[in-house]
Amino acid sequence: MDELDRRIINNLQGGFPVCERPFREAAQRLDTTESELITRLRCMLDDGLLTRFGPMYHAENLGGAVTLCAMKVPEDRFDEVAARVNSFPEVAHNYQRDHEMNMWFVLATETPEQLEETIHEIEQRVGLPVFNLPKQQEFYVGLHFQV
Amino acid sequence: MNGETASLTELDRRIVLATQGGLPLDARPYHWLATELGVDADTLMERMRSMLEDGRIRRIGVVPNHYRLGYSANGMSVWDVPDEVIESVGCEVGRMDIVSHCYQRPRRLPDWPYNLFAMVHGHSREEVRAKVEMIASVLGDRVRSHDVLFSTRILKKTGLRIGS
Repeated sequence: MDELDRRIINNLQGGFPVCERPFREAAQRLDTTESELITRLRCMLDDGLLTRFGPMYHAENLGGAVTLCAMKVPEDRFDEVAARVNSFPEVAHNYQRDHEMNMWFVLATETPEQLEETIHEIEQRVGLPVFNLPKQQEFYVGLHFQV
Repeated sequence: MNGETASLTELDRRIVLATQGGLPLDARPYHWLATELGVDADTLMERMRSMLEDGRIRRIGVVPNHYRLGYSANGMSVWDVPDEVIESVGCEVGRMDIVSHCYQRPRRLPDWPYNLFAMVHGHSREEVRAKVEMIASVLGDRVRSHDVLFSTRILKKTGLRIGS
């Protein structure tokens, strides 16, 4: 990662234009060329420095539904429960965390009703309560990762 | 819904499906996509702009892999904030540049007393804990209690997807 890669990461986390030659326009702002920008993006994606390049969609505004769920899973059942929870395609992310509430997953469905149904199905499949913690308010989000 | 609106909605859906994995790294990415979807490029760009305006698209750009950038410790700080001050405390925490996401969520008593979630990233757990304690000292007695949960394993990460 060199100075130009850093500039791209720091300045292109949003604002990529919608026009005929968007890389050319973005490149001008980054003081590089269209072809160099495309090459750098391809390399950083291949290399795993970037996980994605493109539009970030807002699931709720698209009419879909998202929520964060938490469970207290007994240590000796953890892997088995993780496998069962992960088998639901509605589970987008799942993290183990170091707390009594040790399994945290994000559910995403096309409609709000499907969220409730999925939570109910997961509870039945694993025999443990799922705590549904939907976002009630999103406060101003400031950080872009700086490198 | 009239015919025209319905077909636009269908087009938007197809655009989302075609781009949720990313934009093509082509000098004319929107033209490339338009050809792929069998629409003209001006229509496609107009739909993208409209989705940006109404918030269906949050932003267009790069998503860095924060683990690879050295932000390997990811702490979910959670706070029990009295309902009367959740608004002001939430805005204040959300504005801090060490916080990447900040949400109000419901308590689940007695199991879960926390109603404010703020993600704090750092190069080490110690760094994240220090940042969380800094937030705690700024908030003082406006919060009742707090904790920080570190991720110990990624069990699944496929991202949000519509359709299949």
